Amino acid sequence: MNLGTITERLARNRYELDGVSHIEVDQEAARAAGLGPVLERICPAHVYSVGPDGLIGVLWAACLECGACLAVAPPGVLTWHYPAGGTGVLYRLG
Amino acid sequence: MTADADADVDFDVIVVGAGVAGCVSAFQLATAGRGVLLVERGAEPGAKALSGGVFYCRVMEQVFPGFVEAAPVERVITRNCLSFLNPSSFVNIDYGDQRLASPVNAVSVLRAKLDAWLAEQCESAGAMVMPGFRVDRLLIEDGQVRGIGAGEDELRCKVVIAADGVNSFVSRDAGLRSKDRTNHLAVGVKSVIGLDRAVIEDRFNLEDGQGAAYAVVGDCTKGVGGGGFMYTNLESVSIGVVLRLDDLKRRGASATDLHDGFLNHRFVAPFLKGGELLEYGAHLVAEGGLAMIRDLVKPGLVVIGEAAGLALNTGLTVRGMDLAAGSAIAAARAVDGALEAGDYSPATLGEYRQSLQECFVGRDMETFRRAPAFLEGTRMFNDYGPLLADVFHGVYNLDLRPRRHLLKTARAALRSSPVGWLDLARDGWNALRAL
Ligand SMILES: Cc1cc2nc3c(=O)[nH]c(=O)nc-3n(C[C@H](O)[C@H](O)[C@H](O)COP(=O)(O)OP(=O)(O)OC[C@H]3O[C@@H](n4cnc5c(N)ncnc54)[C@H](O)[C@@H]3O)c2cc1C
Ligand code: SF4
Repeated sequence: MNLGTITERLARNRYELDGVSHIEVDQEAARAAGLGPVLERICPAHVYSVGPDGLIGVLWAACLECGACLAVAPPGVLTWHYPAGGTGVLYRLG
Repeated sequence: MTADADADVDFDVIVVGAGVAGCVSAFQLATAGRGVLLVERGAEPGAKALSGGVFYCRVMEQVFPGFVEAAPVERVITRNCLSFLNPSSFVNIDYGDQRLASPVNAVSVLRAKLDAWLAEQCESAGAMVMPGFRVDRLLIEDGQVRGIGAGEDELRCKVVIAADGVNSFVSRDAGLRSKDRTNHLAVGVKSVIGLDRAVIEDRFNLEDGQGAAYAVVGDCTKGVGGGGFMYTNLESVSIGVVLRLDDLKRRGASATDLHDGFLNHRFVAPFLKGGELLEYGAHLVAEGGLAMIRDLVKPGLVVIGEAAGLALNTGLTVRGMDLAAGSAIAAARAVDGALEAGDYSPATLGEYRQSLQECFVGRDMETFRRAPAFLEGTRMFNDYGPLLADVFHGVYNLDLRPRRHLLKTARAALRSSPVGWLDLARDGWNALRAL
């Protein structure tokens, strides 16, 4: 069956957004750790993308709040916490 | 604890997280007449919940008699299928049994619905439920946990129950756990595919209202440690992959590619044909078994459910919800005793650890303590599927050459497999001990 692109899939989910990012990347540390490509592949929501300049872009609004990126990142490279209460993804099925 | 400190609390107990663990403990304590606040960061209870969805629910009868009839469950699981999946072949061990329907042993659930119902039961029992509230920190004074904080707000209580799930920032804040090793964690990527009720029953060969649970190993994860699952709901199928983070990272594999590859696998796609994607989500799952369980008690604090690392993947079953409920029952009993005694020290709250060890939760964690290490071996994921298929190919491929006995066929298959006799013997022995 046609699952659609990740963007199309996420568009079916409900999100409540407050405009505040809950993810920050220390670009220098991430580059040193070679973390960009790892994050690109591990994140099920394709939140991370490595640009031509090597900087990691963060589409935080798409986040499914699993915590996988934080778990694989060496300490200090990512600042990640849950979005503020009541915001973020809202599963209707789960 | 002094009488003063006891007097100026807002609640007897604050439970952080309205998942299965949090709701069960809040319900038990509210029913016992305690003042309970249940806080949940999601806009509604269940909004952040995601599970594969087979709930081994016998334990819930202890808390909510008539659970299966009253709660929003999907199907009664009477068929369990272990599937070794290869690119162009598969071998299934398919087990159906009506004994699993009476008494009901397991049901499929969709957690957004289930958790909302559980939180309602807590409210009816007298607990205050506060969704949309993210706990940012614990209030700790002289080593004693005295409440929770969120932004400017502070709420005080006698005991905090951390039921905030696998990432448990609350127990990290309390210094009860450091960062988990990535071989103890897996990421689950899941889709819910909508299909007609009758279509599901036809495709999965089910009686009305009954359901099937597939556990899949092999080609669904392209060798990455973990597996696939496919569970039937009333009018949808929950399907996805669970991928061990260390292996995913090491092999440079993409989580979404593996998820998509599984759903589009030639032997999986026909189950989903004509379906509609209803939801796509992801969640971590703890897989470290006993090795992951850390200290569960601190003055004024107990940790329950997956926040305590209580989850089990035996390859045949993924279990977390029943362990969450079991640990919540044990914790509620200990907290109630501590409130009775007015003593929130680890000595009194430690009763929780004791009864956890004695109930099915501690016993099963102990029984399956070798399962994670066994499943970390790669043969289970890569080599056994093709080996089994070769054995059966030898049996069924009647190519006009004279047939051989099954043992000889198996021997020939083993010779051309990377699995050696010794491996087979060792893995067989280890499987019997670990699983
Ligand atoms: C893909 C996948 C498949 C699975 N399959 C199965 C299965 O088939 N059967 C099974 O039994 N188990 C399964 N599990 C495991 C099971 O889902 C979990 O073990 C179980 O949900 C744990 O329950 P819990 O109540 O401890 O935690 P959770 O259900 O995670 O609940 C924690 C709650 O706390 C809230 N919370 C977190 N932090 C805060 C905070 N700071 N402030 C306020 N609230 C907070 C969360 O929003 C959430 O509602 C699976 C897991 C995954 C990911
Ligand atoms: S928490 Fe999960 S979904 Fe969100 S950015 Fe990290 S890996 Fe992606």
